[in-house]
Amino acid sequence: MSTHIGKDFIPPDVAGKVTGEIKYAEDYKREGMVFARLLTSPMPSGRVVNIDTSEALRMDGVIGVFTADDLPPVAPPGNPALASEYVTYVGQPILAVAAISEEIAESAIDKIRIDFERRDFVVDPIESLSPGGSNAYPEGNVLVRTSEEGPEGAPIVGAEIRDIKWPQSAIDAIKSGSEPVGGEFTTEWAFGDLDAGFAEATHIIEEPFVTIGYAHHSLEARTGMAYWENGKCYFHGSSQSQSANNAGLARMLGIDLADLVFINEATGGGFGSKIGPYPFMAITGNFARVLNRPVQLRITREQEFYIGSARSGMQGWIKVGVKDNGKVTAVDLVIVNDGGATGGGSGNSSAQHVTVAYQPENMRYRGISVYTNTTPRGAQRGPGQNEMASVLAPMTDKIARAIDMDRVAFRKVNVLDSDGFEGGSQGPVTSAFVREALDQGARTFGWDEKLALPKGNGSKVRGIGVGIGYHGAGGRGYDGLLRIAPDGRLFIHSGVGNLGTYSYAGTCRAAAEALQIPWERCEIVHGRSDKHLPHSSGQGGSNTIFTHTRTNWVAAQDAITKLKEIAANDLGGSANDYVIGDERVYQSSDSSIGLTYAQAAQRAMELGGKYSGQEFPDDINPLTQLAVQGLAGSGLIGVAKDNIPGQGQPPGVVVGFCEIEMDKDTGKFEILDYTAIADCGTVVHPKNFDNAMRGGAVWGVGMTALERHVYDPQNGLPANTGLYQNKPPTYLDVNLNTKMGAVNIPDPQNPTGGRGIGEPTQGASAAALASAISDALDGHLFNSTPTTTDMIVNHLAGNTYSTKSLKTNTF
Amino acid sequence: MHPNTTKNGAMSVNSKLTRRRFIKGVIFSGAAATTGTGIYLAANAQSGQSSAERLITLNVNGRERRVDVLPTETLANTLRYKLNMTGTKIGCNRGECGACTVLINGVPNYACSVLTQNVKGKEVVSIEGIKDSDGTLHAVQQAFIAENSPQCGFCTPGQVMSAVALLNSNPRPTKLEAAAAMSGNLCRCGAYEHYLNGVMRASGQLA
Repeated sequence: MSTHIGKDFIPPDVAGKVTGEIKYAEDYKREGMVFARLLTSPMPSGRVVNIDTSEALRMDGVIGVFTADDLPPVAPPGNPALASEYVTYVGQPILAVAAISEEIAESAIDKIRIDFERRDFVVDPIESLSPGGSNAYPEGNVLVRTSEEGPEGAPIVGAEIRDIKWPQSAIDAIKSGSEPVGGEFTTEWAFGDLDAGFAEATHIIEEPFVTIGYAHHSLEARTGMAYWENGKCYFHGSSQSQSANNAGLARMLGIDLADLVFINEATGGGFGSKIGPYPFMAITGNFARVLNRPVQLRITREQEFYIGSARSGMQGWIKVGVKDNGKVTAVDLVIVNDGGATGGGSGNSSAQHVTVAYQPENMRYRGISVYTNTTPRGAQRGPGQNEMASVLAPMTDKIARAIDMDRVAFRKVNVLDSDGFEGGSQGPVTSAFVREALDQGARTFGWDEKLALPKGNGSKVRGIGVGIGYHGAGGRGYDGLLRIAPDGRLFIHSGVGNLGTYSYAGTCRAAAEALQIPWERCEIVHGRSDKHLPHSSGQGGSNTIFTHTRTNWVAAQDAITKLKEIAANDLGGSANDYVIGDERVYQSSDSSIGLTYAQAAQRAMELGGKYSGQEFPDDINPLTQLAVQGLAGSGLIGVAKDNIPGQGQPPGVVVGFCEIEMDKDTGKFEILDYTAIADCGTVVHPKNFDNAMRGGAVWGVGMTALERHVYDPQNGLPANTGLYQNKPPTYLDVNLNTKMGAVNIPDPQNPTGGRGIGEPTQGASAAALASAISDALDGHLFNSTPTTTDMIVNHLAGNTYSTKSLKTNTF
Repeated sequence: MHPNTTKNGAMSVNSKLTRRRFIKGVIFSGAAATTGTGIYLAANAQSGQSSAERLITLNVNGRERRVDVLPTETLANTLRYKLNMTGTKIGCNRGECGACTVLINGVPNYACSVLTQNVKGKEVVSIEGIKDSDGTLHAVQQAFIAENSPQCGFCTPGQVMSAVALLNSNPRPTKLEAAAAMSGNLCRCGAYEHYLNGVMRASGQLA
């Protein structure tokens, strides 16, 4: 019977959030602090010829200017913190100015004169691939990886920029929705026998599609504040992660791991854009060192649009073959990603979604990510997977209808299960119960009942849809660290970031559960690295629940072993004779013989060595080693690397069911019902599970109906930098009575049974809504994400607006 | 990497100078000119344009506060940087998100879009001012904790202020009325339902 896992609790930072007392990076001040502001590129592509800062530096209150020359050079295709010679997108930071007030720094920016040379630019990847098309970089237009891709959010290593052009025939083909034969790709994989698979199919569909990228627009723009004392850098940052920043940020600052104190109690949203130390952090820390003063660098909302990352867009083509029994036999998939200024396409992840949704026996994927002179792209909540889910759902419906099969039943035939695979490498998963989720969702939503309802009449028409969201949801091999203090309280040290998911807190419950200690007797230690925090995963990729319930569990197991050894040492017998309970370790045959946790912790301090952290396992990360050394002698230390055996990708899957009512006169729709069921193993923290599910549902509406980049193709200027024009969903755009649940079948490879769920929540919502929109329009496929109101109303009016050739960024 | 390494000669920097050396030279002369006053000013409300500032009296959270403000200074900046009340967040600084919502004479306003000079003689209430004098949290704050309403929390102070204003004028709103009243407060995390559940709880409409 679990005591903590699956039970609600109030994370310790909630109160500070409702009172405003919790501090984000920009809420900190420091004696002598100066304010820095950025000067950014006004043009999509150009060369910096000359910078004249003399007038700005003569202004009262201006302290200094910081440019790329103050930082180590970054060779293309790296995303430099400050542009060196070439600027490649509107809004790219070129320099920073520090002054004694933000107002003065802003005024000083106006006084800086930069001479630019304009270069040709491109905002559409297909245009760049066309014969004679412009390249976003002088070196070319495509990022070619020369080594394996790292995890999401990891810096690009082993890559070069090349100039790739397609024959006009391939360009014409993809623009007209056909296979771009003759086009060159940079990523290709296949399994099975594609031709045999299509030969086996009784029905085949071929569809083009386009998804448009959009800004993360985290509500807290990425502020940093840094100062140096005695050779140490104290860095207040805005990050999704805590410990995962330290190594990279220390490198950016050219200091040892031990000389960086990274402080990040709370973060105002990240959604993939703040997973690791982003390049921009280098400015704040190094500028503070150059000036020998605390520097706060707060950027504007518009600049957050520019440098705060965005989802990649894609233009693609898919061919799917299916048998009469509904089984998908073959998939052929082509994706051209709009990688923006950083080349960060996620086509491979899109293909991965297709493998999970269809489990095809035969499949080929070909992809290429093309640079455009638009904002840098990177991981954004289910990058690749979720936008693919949104465009794939209506196509899936079309196939199901073609063989006269129920749309939910079709998905049940094809979707991932525990014996299935994910991705082009066809790797195993730890467990999957998506069919159970589909059944549960269909019951909760009333799928059959709603199918039987009339479609509507007059100007109002109903549509119902179903969709699947998937993302990998867990990692392995990180460290756990905790301390039983001499008063018997448990201090759980977490290197997990606080990005608003509360996973940093939920995962700590695993240690409390293992040690059978009431939550009131526990304290989470987190938020700044000088509190001795272990090496932890980056808080991206929906991994935290799986990854860090495991680390906290293994640290607790280490503590339990030590408790038993200390008891055996003091009270006789062997460690195996002892058990724990009621904050004591005692003999299983006679519970009166034992030690309280407090007594055992005091004994650990007296015994020293491994018991109180003077010695530690040699397989833990250097950051964890520093943390243990910092805690040594202060209690009983539990520390371990997660070496729990097992293999396979823990999957996070959500299925969504959506009902809308569409006004055929205006193209607007209202979401009448949204039901989502998760397959995420055991739900570790129910209340927070609700947050994730509802928040993801909102994000799905943004993706499928509202948000997109808009660039003016004539001048390369972004048309919607602000929140208002980017249209993230508001209270009035979303369903306010989400029904949700979980299959709640434990994952066998996690001691608590949990897996992550953050990203698929959006994919399911996006897909179910796209499916419902299509259903309301008698199965019409827009093959476009987002599907905006104007597209719907144009379709209803018989205009061809939404069927012209595919474009990202522009409309 | 440097302008002087390119071929076409369009640059105007001395070709012997890299940009690094060029800028550095200017930085140090510039910094020298401001040494002495800079740190003092930075430590004292960062008012480099003190001659333009005027000392005014504000009523914030029921207290009279004397503060030097610029003619162009927004209330959000005054609260955060002059009065050290960092609970008011600046999410967009252009009236789009509502993270900086405060009450002015009981009406919710975006503090980023109100000039401080214009609230003289008015009652300003920020997130720091809604607790009871004994420290008891406002019913909205208690409800938001119970409902786990915030995610990242950056919009939360603004959501609290809008909810407080709503309940002051409409003590038992429907969920839809609450959604309409709070629709000027964006939540990028999408915690809307959790905030509405909080409003329902604070108004005694949840079991």
